[in-house]
Amino acid sequence: MSTARTVLTIAALTLREASRRRVLFALVALTVGLLALSSWGFSRLAAESLTSGEARLTASILLNLVMFGYSLVAALGTAFLAGPTLSGETESGIALSMLARPIRRSAFLLGKWLGLVAFGSGFVVLAGLAQVLVVRVTVDYWPPAPATALALLAAQTVVLLTLTVLLATVISPMASGVVAVGLFCTTWVAGVVGAIGEALGNDAVGRVGSVSRVLLPTDGLWRGAMNAFQDPSAILQFGGADEGAGAFPFLSTAPLTATYLGWAVLWVVMVWALAAMSFVRRDL
Amino acid sequence: MDSGAGVQAAADLVAGLPPAPAAWCTGLRKQYRKHLAVEDVSLQVGRGEIVGLLGPNGAGKTTVIKMLLGLVRPDAGEAMLLGQRSADPAARARVGYLPELFRYQPWLTAAEVLALHARLSGAGVPAAEQRECLALVGLSGRGDDRVGGFSKGMQQRLGLAVALVGRPEFVVLDEPTSALDPLGRADVRDIVLDLRSRGVAVLLNSHLIGEVERVCDRVVVLDRGRVAASGTLAELLGQREVRLHLTDLSPAAQQRLAALGRVDREGEWSTVALADDDGTAVPDLVRDLVSLGVRVHAVEPVRISLEERLLGILRDGAASRAAGPS
Repeated sequence: MSTARTVLTIAALTLREASRRRVLFALVALTVGLLALSSWGFSRLAAESLTSGEARLTASILLNLVMFGYSLVAALGTAFLAGPTLSGETESGIALSMLARPIRRSAFLLGKWLGLVAFGSGFVVLAGLAQVLVVRVTVDYWPPAPATALALLAAQTVVLLTLTVLLATVISPMASGVVAVGLFCTTWVAGVVGAIGEALGNDAVGRVGSVSRVLLPTDGLWRGAMNAFQDPSAILQFGGADEGAGAFPFLSTAPLTATYLGWAVLWVVMVWALAAMSFVRRDL
Repeated sequence: MDSGAGVQAAADLVAGLPPAPAAWCTGLRKQYRKHLAVEDVSLQVGRGEIVGLLGPNGAGKTTVIKMLLGLVRPDAGEAMLLGQRSADPAARARVGYLPELFRYQPWLTAAEVLALHARLSGAGVPAAEQRECLALVGLSGRGDDRVGGFSKGMQQRLGLAVALVGRPEFVVLDEPTSALDPLGRADVRDIVLDLRSRGVAVLLNSHLIGEVERVCDRVVVLDRGRVAASGTLAELLGQREVRLHLTDLSPAAQQRLAALGRVDREGEWSTVALADDDGTAVPDLVRDLVSLGVRVHAVEPVRISLEERLLGILRDGAASRAAGPS
């Protein structure tokens, strides 16, 4: 069987698993709930007598906050799906009969990863788009670069699930999900702490965010997404990037650099290669 | 001779060679941390041959199977499947495998599991043939049911269908009847015999020695990770035993018995394995025992079953290990 066919077969199987195991159903239910809640909130906001600048600032912050909710749901969903589908199958014996077929383990892993990528990014892009449309309808706010923002949200999901795939090749399914989500949250907190450090002019604390963003690019990509969702005037209204706006967790002072994006891509490739090496060498 | 004729002659020579064995391995070794699971295991399964793999729990049978299939990396040694190195995934193209730990996607139907494996095997098996496979293992009519609702026995039957669906030339069955009722065990026996009649080689690991004895051409006995014995059933069971009812057995007479081979005592009955019997061992033994003052009440030849032979091999191994370090 050709490698491409194996990859596609396993990717399709992973997507079918996500839908049959009711993960898709659970995510759709959660998303509909979040959308309904946020549309109610945004419509209440529209009823307030705010200036257009205030309305854009509030819409930006709230949109970023709700989007963070979606990215967290996607992170939890993919992390807890990647663990069982990979190390769970290896532990339970499902993988034994499949990997005894004439297929390469790396192709099997790539198929699993691709299926999870399609599922995770598909979810954040569709849910995020629905949210952007809700904001447009309720408060008439349209983000400056919605496509970039949604792509960065998807990239953040890809980074996290690649990490989960690596963890799932070495530790138990539950542990891999817990560690991945733990690291995701830690990096986010480190990013906020770093931004506060930068706003206070404390370089040592400021470096915490920069280092964590290099080690695990989820927070960096998230900040890029926020920057593309928020109104450019929001930072100025908060007093400008140097006056404390950066310390606010749901505003981002600068767009992503091409270098950082390149690093994120390289990070994914390296971590995936490590996962493949670990999986190929593993005794089943 | 011109080069074209030379190439043709070489091609004819290669075509005339017998096909490579279904499975072949030499010097396989595997260590898990401090535990040596498999040491210097060599075995071969010829085309169309049924080989039984026997041994106590923890003897390394499943590890050997997994090394043969490329699922576990050996620390040393080589393994080939159907003439190709087993580390190469292509070697498994015509291999079917029912693992000891059988489990299939609970969220798929039985027909979907089979279709998935048919696709992964690359054999291009049509849907009708897949359904025949399900029917062969007694699951006709259950193809559209989710595997999650299957009993252990039904899952094992499905595993058997999965092992057979890719038109295999070599099938590895690791404890294929562990979850089956007597009827299911008989079905598996019929399937294995049918495979042999179609020229498909089978490596059968089973705790049910009677099952192995009924269907296998050859047997390999593993003990503590090593090959303790191997051969055809005739070779393994060819060794004779004699059962004697004796009284007044003096120490000297006991020594005379032990000189012949392994002795099992049960009250006044002694069973002696005849290691190298040229036909004179029993009359000579009786003569010597009588001259040593032993009263000989009965002498009976014993046919050894595979189970007894296996236990004998394992006990001999344990005794030699106990005597070894001194």
